[in-house]
Amino acid sequence: MGRPITPFLWLLFSVGGTVSALLFPVHLFLTGLAIPLGWIDPPRYEALIGLLRHPITRLYLFVIIAFPLVHWAHRFRYTLYDGLQIKHLTALIVVFCYGAALVGSAAAAYLLWNIP
Amino acid sequence: MSLGAHYTPYHPKWYRRRVSVWWWLQTWSYTRFVLRELTSVFVALFAVVLLWHIWALELGPEAYARLLVRLGTPLFVVLHGVAFVFVLFHSITWFNLAPKAMVVRLRGKRMPDWVVVGSNYAAWLVLSLAVAVILLRR
Amino acid sequence: MPATVALAVARYRPEEEPAPTLQTYEVPFREDWVVLDALNYIKDRLDGSLSFRWSCRMGVCGSCGMKVNGTPVLTCAAFLSEHLPGPIRVEPLDYFPVVRDLVVDLSDFMRKLKKVKPWILREEEKPLAEGEYRQTPDQLDAYKQFSMCINCMLCYSACPIYGLEPSFIGPAAIALAQRYNMDSRDQGARERLEILSGYDGIWQCTFVGECTKVCPKNVDPAGAIQQYKLTSAVHWLKTLLPWGAR
Repeated sequence: MGRPITPFLWLLFSVGGTVSALLFPVHLFLTGLAIPLGWIDPPRYEALIGLLRHPITRLYLFVIIAFPLVHWAHRFRYTLYDGLQIKHLTALIVVFCYGAALVGSAAAAYLLWNIP
Repeated sequence: MSLGAHYTPYHPKWYRRRVSVWWWLQTWSYTRFVLRELTSVFVALFAVVLLWHIWALELGPEAYARLLVRLGTPLFVVLHGVAFVFVLFHSITWFNLAPKAMVVRLRGKRMPDWVVVGSNYAAWLVLSLAVAVILLRR
Repeated sequence: MPATVALAVARYRPEEEPAPTLQTYEVPFREDWVVLDALNYIKDRLDGSLSFRWSCRMGVCGSCGMKVNGTPVLTCAAFLSEHLPGPIRVEPLDYFPVVRDLVVDLSDFMRKLKKVKPWILREEEKPLAEGEYRQTPDQLDAYKQFSMCINCMLCYSACPIYGLEPSFIGPAAIALAQRYNMDSRDQGARERLEILSGYDGIWQCTFVGECTKVCPKNVDPAGAIQQYKLTSAVHWLKTLLPWGAR
């Protein structure tokens, strides 16, 4: 059956889980709650686009988008299997989950590469 | 005892119970497990929101201003509130389970679980502060 | 304290009924009685036809595992007083075929246990004259926790994945494989990898964690499985290297 790539997918899942556990709460709290609710003033556009142009920022954003997407794909795949008992639809589920993660990661790479 | 039973000791008439589709509602710990797994949906959604932020910034100052208005609408505030609860649940369960999955040894001795968990929370605090300072720098 | 307590016990008489039913018995309540004592009272005084397994009465033999009020426990360690007021529901362990009343068939586990080779494997046995294989306290410490397993099957009964995917090797068998993998005298880790990392092995597990919670011996099968995932993933990465393991 060749070399199963499950261990590799699990490694990506773990990296994505760690990255999102460490960094998502603060990003989500600031941009989704604290700024919209007016507790903190939003950063100026110039400051943000300047930050975004820096290569380290781009790499950072790619990491915190791509890995968490694979984390979701892997975890959600098993949730669908067990929660709904639809393991017979494996092929469909695998294509949907990892496919969506791949598309999202490609979109992130494209956007981050083409920053003006 | 009826005489109708025709099975041998090697082919006993077992009773097998099927697992219900709703097995994860039967006890709170199973429900908690499924909720923990579903945090991944909110993790993915927020990754998509980050993509949206980047896209708006690339389009220019007007798009950024529109993004800020959109994020302030009640719908998005509520969505972010729910997502925040799930993402926090993800962080806490992830940190607390880490020492089970990864044994850290120092000179042959296994580090106690609280050391591993504690360093996770410390890293969380430091990184969160760093992100806040960089993002909100004037 | 009540004078008596009711036990709702699952009965399954394959000659007479197609599916299990609950039968209620009223037994005397005593502070120092466990559920197993109550079952023995029923068998001795009330209904000799009730079938269940037990042996040591002290949490060592692993025979008397049942579900009490829905949770898998050793009935020799489940005090009646912890389950008041009644009726206390006593059922056979989940996911195993029920043979009769509270007795389940464990052949599935026995087959799986053998598959993971839970004994010391050596590439070459050293001659007897060279003495024993020695071990330091730290080396013993590395696997000791996993060696406490008494095969009571509570972990299988707590694992929804085993219920959904009966071919899953399961918590106890994987923990026991780890017990030998981590043993400094053992050289069989490579041989066990094939089965543990295969389709029915560790990758079926989604870390529900209930196996560890119900374990009466603190074996932590969930930990064993997650740790083995890392081992297996590292091994996988090594196979990518041209000079790495095959």
